[in-house]
Amino acid sequence: MTQPIVETKGVEVRFPLPTHFLSREKPVLHALNTVNVSIMPGESFCVVGESGCGKTTLGRAMLGLNSPTAGEIYFRGERIDQMDEATRKPVRRDMQMVFQNPYASLNPRRNVFETLAEPVRHLMPELSSAEVRTRVEEVLAETGCDPSWQRRLPHEFSGGQRQRIAIARALVTNPAFVVADEPISALDVSIQAQILNLLTELQQERGLTYLFITHDLSVVQHFGSRVAVMYLGQVMELASAETIFADPKHPYTQLLLEAIPKLEGGSFDKPRQPGELPDPVNLPKGCPFAARCHMAQDRCRQERPQLRGLPNGTEVACHFAE
Amino acid sequence: MAMLEVKDLHVAFPRGKHDEVEALRGVSLTLEKGERLGVVGESGAGKSMLAFAILNLIAEPGRVSHGTVKFNGENLLDLSERKIRDIRGNRISMIFQDPMVTLNPVLSIGVQMMETLRAHRKISDKEARALCVAKLKEVAIPSAESRLDAYPHELSGGLRQRVVIAIALLTDPEIIIADEPTTALDVTIQAEIMALILKLCREKDVALILITHDLGVVAEVTEKLMIMYAGKCVETGPTRQIIDTPQHPYASGLLKALPQHAGRGTRLYQIPGSMPPITNLPKGCTYHPRCDFATQRCHGGEPDLVNGVACYNPLTSDPATGTETKTEAET
Amino acid sequence: MITWRGFLKRFLADPVAIGAGIVLLVLVLMAVLAPLIAPQNPYDLMQLDIMDSEMPPSWIPGGDDRFLLGTDAQGRGVLSTIMYGTGISLLIGIGAVIVQGILGITLGLIAGYKGGWVDSFLMRLADIQMSLSTLMIAIIVLALFQAAFDASVYADYAIFMLILIIGIAEWPKFARTVRSSVLGEKNKEYVDAARVIGLPARKVMWGHILPNTLTPVLVISTIQVAEAIMTEAALSFLGLGMPVDRPSLGSLIRSGFEFVFSGQYWITFYPALVLIALVLALNLLGDWLRDVLNPKLRRGED
Repeated sequence: MTQPIVETKGVEVRFPLPTHFLSREKPVLHALNTVNVSIMPGESFCVVGESGCGKTTLGRAMLGLNSPTAGEIYFRGERIDQMDEATRKPVRRDMQMVFQNPYASLNPRRNVFETLAEPVRHLMPELSSAEVRTRVEEVLAETGCDPSWQRRLPHEFSGGQRQRIAIARALVTNPAFVVADEPISALDVSIQAQILNLLTELQQERGLTYLFITHDLSVVQHFGSRVAVMYLGQVMELASAETIFADPKHPYTQLLLEAIPKLEGGSFDKPRQPGELPDPVNLPKGCPFAARCHMAQDRCRQERPQLRGLPNGTEVACHFAE
Repeated sequence: MAMLEVKDLHVAFPRGKHDEVEALRGVSLTLEKGERLGVVGESGAGKSMLAFAILNLIAEPGRVSHGTVKFNGENLLDLSERKIRDIRGNRISMIFQDPMVTLNPVLSIGVQMMETLRAHRKISDKEARALCVAKLKEVAIPSAESRLDAYPHELSGGLRQRVVIAIALLTDPEIIIADEPTTALDVTIQAEIMALILKLCREKDVALILITHDLGVVAEVTEKLMIMYAGKCVETGPTRQIIDTPQHPYASGLLKALPQHAGRGTRLYQIPGSMPPITNLPKGCTYHPRCDFATQRCHGGEPDLVNGVACYNPLTSDPATGTETKTEAET
Repeated sequence: MITWRGFLKRFLADPVAIGAGIVLLVLVLMAVLAPLIAPQNPYDLMQLDIMDSEMPPSWIPGGDDRFLLGTDAQGRGVLSTIMYGTGISLLIGIGAVIVQGILGITLGLIAGYKGGWVDSFLMRLADIQMSLSTLMIAIIVLALFQAAFDASVYADYAIFMLILIIGIAEWPKFARTVRSSVLGEKNKEYVDAARVIGLPARKVMWGHILPNTLTPVLVISTIQVAEAIMTEAALSFLGLGMPVDRPSLGSLIRSGFEFVFSGQYWITFYPALVLIALVLALNLLGDWLRDVLNPKLRRGED
């Protein structure tokens, strides 16, 4: 069996909420609760869920932008979450990120060359400035950016062009693993396909592994190899993309799939009751989805279900799914 | 005569001292009672501008430079501010993307609802309150009575948008204009809200203008569709027909670019380039630089909307194979 | 973001900005070129003649063509002392703002980026500093300094003392402005992108965040220069600023003040006029900069 490229074991992230310094209560927001995922080389591992489900926090924790309050994170079998900066440097070269908002992810005062050269200079100090230059030019060409863009500032570009630059920045150190956090949701419809195609091409050429974070299941269907559906900081269902669309097991996954507007129509015809996310500060004792679940029973409100394997290979965190 | 008839609407913004740029370049539409129209386009296509222009709400320094908006035979653009206020928020309601634009954060839901009601109706306190509760129940807000005293920040995004819909419905409008009402919401909440809007429109025979960038949403909710590009309507017609057999290359491109129908790992169809800014439109058909089917003629003049499509070389679809063919031979 | 060309265009479209800019330019040139263009050198005792004292401006009977704006009690030409004095006032104003800026930007950047107790500590320190009035601190420190050393020592170091005191007393304004911009910037994704590659906090702060917080710094700098010049003038007026033989605009006003009631108004009047023009020009430019650079006040432009 091949070794996973990135693996999390029982990762938990909690954010302390701001309080008055004299107050006794120390409320914490549970952003991630015991998340175990392993991502295989070459995969497009998708994380799906609604806002507040912890999908972004998971990606950020892998890159060290949020430190886990418990659990372990491994990269190619090496534990990275407690590494000091000097040891971690070579790992950082291999792990990069593309952000959601191309209008905020590029420093408005730096031209394209400076933006792209910085990761190379910092993470590959052995390269000469001529080598840095060729590397930047190569990656720009590969991501469909014009070489003449190098001296220009981000505000001169459209959203799609900026996202290409942001992708070029993520790839300039030749990483093996890229976290793409909603990379197309801030873009116009006609641009989304361009960026998705670019990500697919780059994966084929470079053998990249993606952690693709999205709220849009139709993108997952096209793009993903395996999918983790998250709800309130927990993985609810983990399966291959084909299986999850053909045979969703968790009631939440089913709800998400039904909610996708379809060109064929018909999914909004029956009224739906308002569903609310429980408060992530005071988590319910049982299954976090119980309040919205049509199959919920007493056991669900008392006991939090753990991920368990089903015969079709799906892993699901539900007492009753089968 | 249609209930709402928009003819050749232009909106212009000043550029420099003597020049103007047009954000809306001649848009026409008709809406019958109870009809649901979807307006689809990318950001900057002018779809929100259209909604604002219909209600004569274009903010300075912009202005409606040409065209008429006839609502039951009356041109809204000629009405005095006082008269149009009687229509806006009363007979034509609006729902915005961000509920916080509509809701005042320092007033309770009940106070805001009663205010809207009193602005347009003479009604006693007791009746007003009863009506507000009834409307909140209609939009399926749990424990409606107690919610009247809640403040907007105490509600979740989905519930807030339900309150906005309840306010929009208070005066029993004839038209609801919804500008990206679910863009800020999660998928499951979007489904709830859209299902609610659809149900209410059907039950009350209210007409809807739904402005969105999401073709899936219009396919689910609307009967009629208008696709906008660079301040103009490029294709309009029955929603089903456009979704199944788009004639304009842009409409067809948008549909083909959607990931849901492409196989896994295959390449998506992509429209090259991006929409030009209104300040710098190309000569001829504004879509021709991105169009796979552009001919010499497309570089020359802009095509008019003929039979619901503004294209010199509209696509026709062969129903047997479902593949697109050209009406005119290329090359 | 605004380009240099757009900036110039807006400047040329605003008569108030042009007016203030011209006044400031004239005053700065006058101060910088004073050794070359001033009719006398007021520091050169050899050029002074007590017989020339208290002469009125040249167009008034009893005036002298050598002294366009008259002379003061020591026989120095008022025009020349104003030229030199403006230079000293500007030097103190700009110097104090550089001190304020260095302290304020550094502390504000650290407070905003680090957050937590560092932030609380620095901001409470700023609160304390702000609650002590600048004048009060300056009066105490300068009075002690003057008492401890004799007048000639004081005269040599007065300019540095004033720069340091006004600079240190006013750092919280810069610190607060920078901190609030940093709070807005540090959660943007470009900062995350810099952290993903493991850039140390120092480089993220100075290399990425700081350049994006400089717009408001530029605005308050202009206004703070005016403020510092006023503070210095007030101190000089109280006799705690520049000594009489190296006068700033404030000490000039003070030196002529006792003669106002005996009719020799020009000794005070003309320096006061220049001081007002200088401070007004700086404030108008500062307000204009704020309007141009602050996108929240700007409408209809991307």
